[in-house]
Amino acid sequence: MRYGPLLVTFVVGTALVAMFFIPHHKVQEGQSVLLDWANVVYAFALILGSLSLWASHQRKFLSRAEGWPYSFVTLAALAFVTIAGVVQGVEEGTLVNRYYNMVNSPLASTMFALLAFFIASAAFRAFRARNAEATLLLGTAIIMMIGRVSVGEFLWSGFPPVTEWLLDVPNLAAKRAIALGIGLGAVSTALKIILGIDRSYLGRS
Amino acid sequence: MAAKRPGGWAARLMGLDRRIIFALIFLATGLPLLFPVNLPITPSPRVRAAFDTVDRQPPGTYVLMSLDYEPDIKAELQPMAIAVLRHCFRKGLKPIVLTLYPAAPGLIERALVIAGTAEGKKRNEDYVFLGYKSGSQSVILGLGESIRQMFPNDFWGTPLDKIPMMKGKNSFADFPLVINLSGSSIADYYIRIAATRYQRPMVLGATAVMATDYYPYLSSKQILGLIGGMKGAAEYEKLMDITGDARRGMDAQSLIHVTIAILVLLGNLALFLTGGFRPGGSGGSREGTGR
Repeated sequence: MRYGPLLVTFVVGTALVAMFFIPHHKVQEGQSVLLDWANVVYAFALILGSLSLWASHQRKFLSRAEGWPYSFVTLAALAFVTIAGVVQGVEEGTLVNRYYNMVNSPLASTMFALLAFFIASAAFRAFRARNAEATLLLGTAIIMMIGRVSVGEFLWSGFPPVTEWLLDVPNLAAKRAIALGIGLGAVSTALKIILGIDRSYLGRS
Repeated sequence: MAAKRPGGWAARLMGLDRRIIFALIFLATGLPLLFPVNLPITPSPRVRAAFDTVDRQPPGTYVLMSLDYEPDIKAELQPMAIAVLRHCFRKGLKPIVLTLYPAAPGLIERALVIAGTAEGKKRNEDYVFLGYKSGSQSVILGLGESIRQMFPNDFWGTPLDKIPMMKGKNSFADFPLVINLSGSSIADYYIRIAATRYQRPMVLGATAVMATDYYPYLSSKQILGLIGGMKGAAEYEKLMDITGDARRGMDAQSLIHVTIAILVLLGNLALFLTGGFRPGGSGGSREGTGR
């Protein structure tokens, strides 16, 4: 049994919970120290992540594994952005800034925009009123789809109030219940970890 | 000779080639952008509440703005950021802007330039951009203690102590308003830390798909206003009496919604005619989601 990690988890977990509720300046100073530590860990995690990404794609590229050209693009982009950023900085007009505006930004937007096409296709095929519950869901979805955009108001002035009611009453009730459930679940999981009941993070169930 | 199958056209419709659907969506997106019709936009109570919260701040008020989004969702949040920044500038407020997303600074820099140029405002005189810091939740906690500890320099490397606008501004307590425009759970952290722990009045902007998750916080007054998606941004632009990308995009979004609704209704009509509706039966689809 490894008691060290359990003790560290218990002490740090309990201390952070206590610090959240104690406004005394000494306690807050202690929290600042812990925040500094957390930021150092985050910085190292970024470095570790980059190195891991490099190693993983280098291996695929060198062994000519399936999809190796994509690995080459990833390696080239990672090297280019890192070197250009360190040498030139990231201000307006620099290589990194141009790469961001002319390559990264349009590509990311395009990938996300493709969702509209797939969602439309999926909605057409899967959104079927096969029973009473599905019909209720379908009816609500159609009202929301039409009522939440400008054309709904243009077609019938009653659409916006109906959609507002759907959002403010049934939606809010469900969301509140889900949020409370998630909150209680998170507290319970956190307590199990802090008290050492759940030790799955140590690599065992 | 085989009898003609009833509902043959319906069966064919149910197996509609997805490339036809893609072409319809392409036209529904492209045509309104090329030929705008400017459909009416009426601000919702949530967006109006967000607008009013910003609007009632006296000139010179410092506003902490965390703009946490990347290019994938810029269609929704970039017009929102520009509209809110322009509102702040027009009211004489002083936004201190930061981001917790590594790929966001380029977008935010552009939003600041667009809004600043439109309202005649200058960097480090009327606004400060602190740039990106890794750590999300721990950074937000740190902002409650010391901004300088989290961001010693601004985005361009100027130490905060050398920016006159930053004098005496060092934690949430110095900001009468916090605005977070986010496409992720960072919004939850701001609500939990800035709005709840540090009791800062807060306005939230989120993507349309996220917005409904935050309605409970609106009714509990943990957030004072909520701008949801491109529609929310278009409503904010309407309240500002400006025409930005959100208002221009709403025609396209309207037509796409109508197209999908018609497709879904036609699909269900076809299902009904082919006898697929079973009262009391189990849900789910027999078809896949693509061909």
